[in-house]
Amino acid sequence: MKRPHGLAAVISILLVVVFGSNPSQAAPTPRPASVPVGSITVSAAASLTDVLPVIADAFVKKYPGTSVKFNFAGSSALVQQIIAGAPVDVLATASEPTMRTAVTAGSVGAPLLFARNSMAIATPPGNPAKIAGPWSLSRDGVLVAQCVIAVPCGTAARDLLAKNGVTVRPVTLELDVRAVLAKVMAGEVDAGIVYVTDVRAVGSKVVSVAIPSERNVMTSYPVAAVRDSANPIAAQAFVNYLRYTPSAQGILRAYGFAKPW
Amino acid sequence: MSSSARPRAPWFLVVLALLALALLIAPLVALLTRAPWGSFAEILTSPVARDALRLSVITATAATALATVLGVPLAWLIARSGLPGTGVARSLVLVPLLIPPVVSGVALLAAFGRRGALGQFLYDHFGFQLPFTTAGVVLAEAFVAMPFLVIAVEGGFRSLNSQFEEAAATLGASSWTTFRRVTLPLVAPALGAGMVLCWARALGEFGATITFAGNFPGVTQTMPLAVYQALESDPSVAIALSLMLIAICVVVLIALRGRIIRPLATA
Repeated sequence: MKRPHGLAAVISILLVVVFGSNPSQAAPTPRPASVPVGSITVSAAASLTDVLPVIADAFVKKYPGTSVKFNFAGSSALVQQIIAGAPVDVLATASEPTMRTAVTAGSVGAPLLFARNSMAIATPPGNPAKIAGPWSLSRDGVLVAQCVIAVPCGTAARDLLAKNGVTVRPVTLELDVRAVLAKVMAGEVDAGIVYVTDVRAVGSKVVSVAIPSERNVMTSYPVAAVRDSANPIAAQAFVNYLRYTPSAQGILRAYGFAKPW
Repeated sequence: MSSSARPRAPWFLVVLALLALALLIAPLVALLTRAPWGSFAEILTSPVARDALRLSVITATAATALATVLGVPLAWLIARSGLPGTGVARSLVLVPLLIPPVVSGVALLAAFGRRGALGQFLYDHFGFQLPFTTAGVVLAEAFVAMPFLVIAVEGGFRSLNSQFEEAAATLGASSWTTFRRVTLPLVAPALGAGMVLCWARALGEFGATITFAGNFPGVTQTMPLAVYQALESDPSVAIALSLMLIAICVVVLIALRGRIIRPLATA
């Protein structure tokens, strides 16, 4: 007699716990299923290293109970990681072709463009090699670093040089744009082809040689939720936040990114 | 009788040992299952792969030569010279072995970069810059791989029976002749083992190379850098190149088995 009684007590406690215990959860809230909570991991292009954590802080403030972790690298490396099953919730790349690879592989949902960027030439402080524009890069003895073609900053650098009719033999092809910037800051190269936002991010550690817009190239930043995300609600919320909120777009402008439209 | 005298291996030790073996072997087997066998020859004869392989073999060999010329005297100094401070020197030799290679690259930049302590002198007076050159790759590889050689050769020197050297000296040989004709041949097996380890480590060097020497096909892009870069655009190429590197290591190990590696174990 004792045993069934105990069992019934346990069951009734469970029933209370599951269905009736917490009045605040039971209360009707607007679209409770879509309130983002929990942690997400965002794989993002190296050129987003400075701006995205600031946007993530604003996102977390808007949705208490969320947290955002980052994985920064060259876009194509991020895409390969996700295709290989990396536990990531959001993918933000620095070009549409790299995102297309992830879409084609069925790894991510529909992407949204959230920002654009253009190129600049970074030189060590004082611009020792007197770089004045893309044409200076082909001069003899000028050491140039750029990204490898597989990553967006490399494609953009190639397009930039082609648009200006300049042939450059770089001394190193780095795997992401921040590695190019690092070689410039170390003073090991005379110039690096990077995004305008990168030179802005590191301030006086480099000199920026601006490229007029008619001689420059633009690259677009798409963002998408990862299909296998363990937290699809928060992932999609972050994607939408990045693209649609004035707060996120304002931060992007402040870091030098252009409007996506 | 003999089997009862031998204690039975505790089963959990066997299980853990097999797990350890699986941990070491499984990833390599998995790599084989992913290999693009159909396009293997095509990938390995592509210009990128050929350049990287050629550069890797040249730089690893040059780095081993550099490490031998400098490392053997250092090993002798530590093991035999009896000078004060050799214990400290021995510990310092181990440092490049233990620090992350990317840190080695940063340190090399600080010393030999264009703005580095020594590098600036080289650049200002000779217009010579090590980063982004094949010589820079050799330096990075030697920095990371030389400790393997020094430690192996030092072990050889230490276990040497000094009677042979004393006999040579008694017979009137100069100290240099004794070193060259008696001491060196005696440590040859240890030297061989050290050179093989050094060469294999140099061949696989990645972090210090990409940090210090950069990445450019035919100049500084060695096999590991080519693997890393290919992984971002075409993983099957990365796998093919990886298998190539593994095959080289296995061939070297098999070719030298018993002749060089085994004396190291007994040294």
